[in-house]
Amino acid sequence: MERARERLWRWLDERIGLEDLARLAKKKEVPVHRHTVWYYFGGMTLFLFAIQVVTGILLLLYYRPSANEAFESIQFLMTEVEFGWLVRSIHAWSANLMVFSMFIHLFSTLLLRAYRAPREITWLSGSGLLGLTLAFGFTGYLLPWNELAFFATRVGTEIPGVLPLVGPFLRRLLRGGDDVTGATLTRFYGIHVAVLPALTTVVLAVHLFMVQKHGMSSPPGVEREGPKRSMPFFPNFLLRDLVGWLSALAVLAALAAYFPAELGKKADPFQPAPAGIKPEWYFMAMFQTLKLLPGHILGIEGELLGVLGFGVVGLLLIALPFLDTRAGERPSRFPAVFGITLLVYMVVLTFLGYTMSPTK
Amino acid sequence: MANDVLSPGENRARRDFLNWFLGTAAGAFAASVLYPVSRYLVPPKVEESTAHTVTLSIKPQELKPNSGQIFRFGSQPAILVKTPAGELKAFSAVCTHLACIVQYRSDISHIWCACHNGHFDLNGKNIEGPPPKPLEEYAVNAKGDQIVVSKRS
Repeated sequence: MERARERLWRWLDERIGLEDLARLAKKKEVPVHRHTVWYYFGGMTLFLFAIQVVTGILLLLYYRPSANEAFESIQFLMTEVEFGWLVRSIHAWSANLMVFSMFIHLFSTLLLRAYRAPREITWLSGSGLLGLTLAFGFTGYLLPWNELAFFATRVGTEIPGVLPLVGPFLRRLLRGGDDVTGATLTRFYGIHVAVLPALTTVVLAVHLFMVQKHGMSSPPGVEREGPKRSMPFFPNFLLRDLVGWLSALAVLAALAAYFPAELGKKADPFQPAPAGIKPEWYFMAMFQTLKLLPGHILGIEGELLGVLGFGVVGLLLIALPFLDTRAGERPSRFPAVFGITLLVYMVVLTFLGYTMSPTK
Repeated sequence: MANDVLSPGENRARRDFLNWFLGTAAGAFAASVLYPVSRYLVPPKVEESTAHTVTLSIKPQELKPNSGQIFRFGSQPAILVKTPAGELKAFSAVCTHLACIVQYRSDISHIWCACHNGHFDLNGKNIEGPPPKPLEEYAVNAKGDQIVVSKRS
């Protein structure tokens, strides 16, 4: 047995260089300091993404991407297919937890200023993954073809549509026509199950490669304090990661079992939007902003101003490593102010979105 | 071999030509792939609904005062409202803010959009919330048992 294993190792080593990989794994160190806890959330996001891939493939086996059949196929999945409700609920909840852990990862790397040189590409690829994850959430939301999904997509595709000149073209391109119809559904389906996974594979590979290449970033404050303590990634940190993943899995299973994903009513393009309609929580801050902006501000349509505002914030976020370059002597206050303002804004508007009377 | 017979100048000219030729060919190839793909992604124009007039299946007496009803106006949703005073009015039901579908709220006698809390009065005028423009109003004619709604030109 022992000999067979050794022979297999040697056979593989000659072909793919296992020794080199083992040496690489042993070399990787994780700094230990009072902010180490934030190192867990990148891996956590990755773990939840892996769950999305597996459950997503399972859902593909029953899902039918057409306006006539989508809702019914999910109804069938939820009521007839054994554990269909569980697979769908895990997919829905894991998406939510993944976005949540991604936001923690984003704000922790921002506030610990892990984007500084030479990690600009890590930050850019991370921003790309943020956009891809939100796009996954947005396109996946339509697929059950229920009332909420229908209106969320009408509003969501209208948002780029308010841009001058290119807006109407973008809206048509996204919708696959002038209105949200079955054509939009097949388009979103293709984007959700083929285009986004392919792009994510590439950007994620770049992101992870960059993290391996540069190692974990220590926050500037910790670096100034002198000699660093650290722990080997393999197996020490990975085992801790595993504890986190198992806890996440437990939370996920509990949420899916006690609060299974709902299906609601089938979309009807000739019914008014239901009162109290809300987007997913991670779009709530944007939704509430659009709700509070009046029709006209200084002669510009409020919605256009809102959309431009989202764009500016997004660009500032992406450009952060290039705006904060004086990390050495006199570090800029801008990143912390920007990050905390953004975080507070998102939390407050999300809170308002859930508490303000929707009918007033 | 060729180097033996060509002078360096001729050689460079040939190299430049080959570079130009290969570059142009690669560019043409890329364009011949990208152009059809990008055109493919743009959905074809569908015949737009030319409905200028529709006859509703609702009878005038079926609709109570202070209530509203969504109906199809061609391919688009529209809303028929009977005001508290009993007057019939029709508007496009597509909210001018972000294209949600509006409804009539009898509790406040407003046309209301649930998506971003937009309010329109009984003339379709945007009076509260984010909608920037009034709803498009249609002409309503009640002839006996029938309601005919038509676009104003």
